[in-house]
Amino acid sequence: MNIKELIEKFASGGSPVEIINEADFSRELSCVYCCDLLSVVMGKAPADCAWVTVMGNLNSVAVSVLADISLIVIAENSPIDQNAIDKAREKEVNIIKTKLPIFDMATKIDFWLKK
Amino acid sequence: MNILELKYTIPGDDFTRAGEASSAIKRKLKQMGFPPDLIRNVSIATYEGEINSVIHANGGSVSVSIDDEAVTIVIEDTGKGIPDIEKAMQEGFSTAPDSVRSLGFGAGMGLPNMKKYTDEIHVESQVGKGTKVTMKCRMT
Ligand SMILES: Nc1ncnc2c1ncn2[C@@H]1O[C@H](COP(=O)(O)OP(=O)(O)OP(=O)(O)O)[C@@H](O)[C@H]1O
Ligand SMILES: [Mg+2]
Repeated sequence: MNIKELIEKFASGGSPVEIINEADFSRELSCVYCCDLLSVVMGKAPADCAWVTVMGNLNSVAVSVLADISLIVIAENSPIDQNAIDKAREKEVNIIKTKLPIFDMATKIDFWLKK
Repeated sequence: MNILELKYTIPGDDFTRAGEASSAIKRKLKQMGFPPDLIRNVSIATYEGEINSVIHANGGSVSVSIDDEAVTIVIEDTGKGIPDIEKAMQEGFSTAPDSVRSLGFGAGMGLPNMKKYTDEIHVESQVGKGTKVTMKCRMT
């Protein structure tokens, strides 16, 4: 499933996500991954995953670029720094945001990816 | 025979630019058509080294050289040094200050990641003088 299709599932399922940066929504998603500690994410996040986190800063964007993460999903309506959004535009990193808690969001993504 | 050598300065006080050297290196390797797995390994290892020199040593430099056998990454700084390298290499060991922990750093996984994603790692450090990390990712 690609990012665009996933976002459509959330829209039609009644828990729409907010699009923060659309770089390439045709990118495929391999799986879902959760963690907020950046070097754990670096070491463990599978390539092309959807990464659910509350860390909306510049360094999350850098980690996504370098670890080949497909999509950053900011959960819990956590704030995202403006310089992180600017960096995501520059580096072409996909970011969406949800008010759902990390676990709920991750299980939903997992459900759609496996269906 | 060296195919390519790249060298970047890592600014010390600037978190907004941390990761720039690593992403520039990644872009270059992509352009040159290296396998995605190799690029990912180099990128992860370089980023962890780059961010360590920002957080723990007020910046430094990274150089990457490529020949037919391997990508060699050298990250050097003239910061405070590592008193006990063996301990620093252990998963979970960190002296990161609270100010950077709140940004998501300080899991004590940077050096272990550098080891995991490279074929060779060599850390030299002298307290008060600086640290030099040399890593190799082999082509095959
Ligand atoms: N360039 C360096 N100069 C001085 N000390 C360093 C340097 N690199 C690492 N260290 C020391 O080694 C420890 C472990 O480094 P490591 O990268 O594994 O974890 P961290 O940087 O503390 O946290 P993380 O990388 O998980 O965000 C650091 O906390 C620090 O004490
Ligand atoms: Mg580190």
